[in-house]
Order: sequence, then C-alpha cells, then structure tokens
Amino acid sequence: MTDTAFNTVQASGSLRKRLMITLIGGTAILALILFFIVRGYAAQIAQNGQDSILEASVSSILDAAILRDGSVEIDFPYASLSMLDTLEDDRVFYAIYQDDELLSGYATLPRPQSVTDRAAFETLVFQETPVRLASASRVLIGASERTEISVVVGQTQDALSGTLNSISRNVAAFGAGFFALVSLLSFWATATTINPLQRLANAVKRRGPQDLRPFDKAVPVEMVPLVSSLNTLMGRLDQSLTQSEDFIAEAAHRVRTPLATVRSYAETTLVRVTKSENRAALRSMIRAIDESSRAAGQLLDHAMITFRADHLDRQKIELVALVQELVTRLEPIAQMKDVELQLTAPLPVEISGDPILIQNAVRNIIDNALKYSPSDAVIIITVDAQDRPKIQVCDQGPGFPPDEIATLTNRFARGNNAKDIVGSGLGLTIAKDVVAAHDGTLEIFNHDKGGACAVLSF
Amino acid sequence: MKYLLVEDNHELANAISSRLQIDGHVIDHADKILDAIAFSDTFEYDLVLLDIMLPDGDGRTFLKHHRDAQKDTPIIVLTARSQVSDRISMLDLGADDYVTKPFDHAELEARCRAVLRRKSGTAQTLLHFGDVTFDPVAGQLSVKNEIVNLRNRELRLFELLLNARGQIFSKQKLVDRLFSYDEDVSENAIEVYIGRLRKHLENTALTITTLRGLGYRLDHD
Repeated sequence: MTDTAFNTVQASGSLRKRLMITLIGGTAILALILFFIVRGYAAQIAQNGQDSILEASVSSILDAAILRDGSVEIDFPYASLSMLDTLEDDRVFYAIYQDDELLSGYATLPRPQSVTDRAAFETLVFQETPVRLASASRVLIGASERTEISVVVGQTQDALSGTLNSISRNVAAFGAGFFALVSLLSFWATATTINPLQRLANAVKRRGPQDLRPFDKAVPVEMVPLVSSLNTLMGRLDQSLTQSEDFIAEAAHRVRTPLATVRSYAETTLVRVTKSENRAALRSMIRAIDESSRAAGQLLDHAMITFRADHLDRQKIELVALVQELVTRLEPIAQMKDVELQLTAPLPVEISGDPILIQNAVRNIIDNALKYSPSDAVIIITVDAQDRPKIQVCDQGPGFPPDEIATLTNRFARGNNAKDIVGSGLGLTIAKDVVAAHDGTLEIFNHDKGGACAVLSF
Repeated sequence: MKYLLVEDNHELANAISSRLQIDGHVIDHADKILDAIAFSDTFEYDLVLLDIMLPDGDGRTFLKHHRDAQKDTPIIVLTARSQVSDRISMLDLGADDYVTKPFDHAELEARCRAVLRRKSGTAQTLLHFGDVTFDPVAGQLSVKNEIVNLRNRELRLFELLLNARGQIFSKQKLVDRLFSYDEDVSENAIEVYIGRLRKHLENTALTITTLRGLGYRLDHD
C-alpha cells in the first residue's frame, strides 16, 4: 500500500530548473540590455566627437568669409578640412553657399537646415555612403548690403563605425563574460538553495518505518512551516499507531481474561464431575473456549502482523538462536504430549527482518506440528542457509490432506482432517503473510514417510 | 507446594486457585502489587504466578522488586498480551516463563514443573521405597540404583499415584490429569501408560494394582 498509493506524487516542474531558468534568463536579458546601453552610449560619444570637429571645421570656414566691396571672399585655411583627417581615410565633402547660391563645393551635397543659430547636424546617404553633415550660416554685413553665407561640411563614417565596432566587440565580450560568471553563480546559488530540501528528503528516506520522531535539525526559515507540519503529521501518525497497538493489547486483555476464568472453572469442575454426559458437556465447553480464545488470539496476531508487515522494521536476526528460543519455550508443551522437538542447525543463519513477525510465524508452524503430532513422535526442525536461509518443520502426524494443500494457507481454511483439533485456520495464513513481507515463500507438503512439512524460506 | 498468585481478576484468581488446590497446592492470593510484595517479603513461596496488568501498576514492578531482593523464587507470568516483544521483556526482567491467557491448566502445570526443576537443580529430598528411589524435584526415578528414563506422561502418572499411595484413581481422573482437553483421547489410552510404568516397576517394592471397574492404585509392600 505504501509503495503504490503514496508514491505516485505528481511532479509539476522542478524548483531547480525554475530557479536556473529565472537566473540564467534574467542574466541573458540583463547582459543584452547592458550591451545595447553601452554601445548606444559609446556611439553617441563618438558621434559627438565627430560632430564637434565638423562644427569646428564649419565655423573655421565661416570665420574665413569676409565681405569685400560687395563680394564675398573666403580663403579658408587648409586646417579647416585637414582637421577631419582620420586613420580610415574618411572622405570629406563641403559646400559653400551665398544666399542659397553655390559658391564652391559639391552642389549635390544636402543641406541640413538649422532651426536655431547653432550648427545643424544630420546623417544622410550621399554617394551611397552614410555621411555626417554639419551646416551653419553666418550673415555678413557690408557697407550697403548684407548677405548670408552657409557652409556644409560632410564626412563619411568609416573611422566612427570602426571605433564603434571595436567598442561593441569589447562590450559583447564583457557581456558574455558577465553572463558566464552569473550562470556559474546561479548554479551555485541553486544548489545551495535546493540542498536543504534535498537533505530533508534524504533524512526522511533514510528513516526506518517505525521512526516517527520529529526532525530536530535546523532548517532555513522558509522551510520551517514545511518541517513543522511534517513533524505534526508524524506526531499524529505516531499517536495513532501507538493507540492502535495499545488497542490491540487492551482488546486481547479484555477478551482473554474472562475466557481464562471460564476455562479454569470448567477444568476445575470437570475434575470433580463424574457423570459422563456432564463430562462430555464440560469438555465441549472447554473446546469451545479454546476455539474462541485461539481465534481471538490469532485474529489479534493477524492484525498485528498485517500492521507490522506494512511497516516492516528490518533488523539483523540470527535464525538459529530465534528458533532455539522458541523450542526451549515450547519444550514443556511438547513434553506434556510426549513429543520430542529436535532442532538441527549446523551453522548460524543471519537474515534481516522483523524478529517479532518471524517468531510468530515459526511459532505458528511449530504449534501446528505439536497439535497434529501423536504421542511419542518427533518433530524435526532444521535451520540452514543452503540456497536460501530457511526453516523447515516436519512432523509425524497425519499430514496435510493432499487435495487441500493448495488452499490451506488461505484465511480460515482448515484441513478436513482437523475437525477434532482446536484451531482458527489462521496459523498458516500468518506464517505465509510474514514470509511474504520478507520477500520469502512458505511451502507446505507431505513427507514421503508420512507427516507434514512446512518450509519458511527467506 | 505453596504458590503465590498475583491476579486482580477475582473470578479468575478463584478459578486458578481451586484448580491448583485440586493438585494439592496451597495458594495465597494477592490482587495488588503492594500486597504481593508484602506477601512475598514475609513468606518463602515455591512459585509465584504473576499477572502483568494490575490496578496499582505493572507486574514488572514486582519482578524488579523481586530480583532486586535477590530472591530466586521462580516466577511465571500470566499475560493476556500476545506481543512477543512484551513476553521477551518480561523474561529479560527476570520472569522464568509465561503463559498466555487463557491457558490450559496442563500447560501451566507443565511450565511450573519445568521452572521448579530448573531452579532447584540439585536433589533435595529423595523418597525411598525399598530398591526404588524417586527424586520428586528432578523428577527422576531410579530402580536398583539405575536411572529409569520415564517419558513425561509416565512420570506424571507415577507422581500422581505415588503422592496418593493406596488411593484409587479412576481412568477418567487419570485422563483428566495427563491429557489436555484439546486432545481427544479415550480412557483406554491410560492402559498403555499403566502398562509401561508396571514394566519399569517390575520386581520392586512398588506395584500398580488394577481394581476392575474402579481404577488403579499404587501399593507399597
């Protein structure tokens, strides 16, 4: 039950994955934003640099313009254009207008219109290359006339884009490095966050089924509600388990004590009574008490076994010592019936299992053998570890009814030759359930020389 | 033998006492741990029958007190619990054996006999009848200085007859004493045991006489 119904927990996503995706995805987006911001900023700074040179060039040309005798003379210095020289050999264009009439330069060069007094800048495609243009104008006032001089200076952007590319490469490399570093950090952060959960899960897994103590190891604050509700749940479970065990014990006590009283009275009376019909009545009464007390006992045992088998508490057990103890314990009953219990166990046999369950199973098997053994018979008990650890019990009784062997281990099944013998029909069922809980098998068969054999293999 | 019975259920205590009295034992009954301790402190009992669930505590308290006082009176626990672990813990605390309620009187008797033998160890009083010697504690019969191996029922039959020499036992009475009630035996089964015992006692001072229609009697010349 514990393995099927309670282990099908539905998993919906993984905390580790979710955390990793958030951290790494966030880092990627951050790295991209960083890249674009730095690149944009760099581009703007580079552009400002180019613009101020262009502006200087424009104004140096404008400054060179003079109005002499009604005509404009511009003798602009060489430096006006040479200041625009770059390593990339960018081309430089210029045009000078007087009142919208071209004085010199490229007539086709577009003119950015200045809105204010300041120079105007624009990037346009000229001769199939992007060109940065700066233009400014100046009003010359002569004696009688006034004229406006406009200058446009343009420069291709090869050097600028070269600088921008190199900045972009650096920024990209920096962003990638940042991304890699943060990814590593997020692996580490995820691991440290998930680890306490993992440790808790392992601690729960490592616990034996009977271990219902609360967790007392410190956990991160966020896990406190989980662990405390887990502890509450375990507390309740522990309480209900204890209650049901106590209930079984109490029920046994309640049922058995009055039965013991009736039985003892009946026996005492039987000794005193001589009339045969009274004796027969008393004997059937005692048998009925035995039947019911045995049934009560076996039912409680069976409940206890089902319960323990569901929460199997495995320990190291030495089978020979366990069987030896049972034999010693059953010796007086065997002697009472003049039956000999013979234990053959050449070597210690160790298995892992629940000693209480196994004792109960073996006891039921030996009890059966004792019940069906005639006087002066021998019950041979063998414990060995050939092939598998096993306990074999063979008696010299009537054996199992051959056509019922297959069904005898069923609950409440009793052989048709068992009519006169007190029993509940649960002994073999208990033994079978116990070995099944230990992944073992119970085999029952009749011996060649007569008598029943039962083998518990683990 | 003098037994101390510690049992809080008076009905059950009465039933057990009267059954044990039939076997010739003297029974003191305590229904509380305190009484039980007082009884066992004032008298040396041969055996204590101890119920585990008592109104003023757990029978284990008595066990502990008993062992702490260095007493070696055997204790058989009467328990209604079926848990093997409970039984084992009682044996660990110094109980000599236990029976689970309800118990077969024959089983209780067998267990009492077994712990008494285990405790006493060495022979104390030997009973002599000419060339027959019997050690009642060890349950050992010797004829002409040779130990006779008696099976359990033969021994119990012999003890019964010997303890009431000259008294007639009906077959019925003998069946009651030798077999438990879940065994379906005819009264004729007794004849087998009488036959075996007679064989062991051939040519000795003890003879088993058959009184037709009445039963058997052990006579000592």
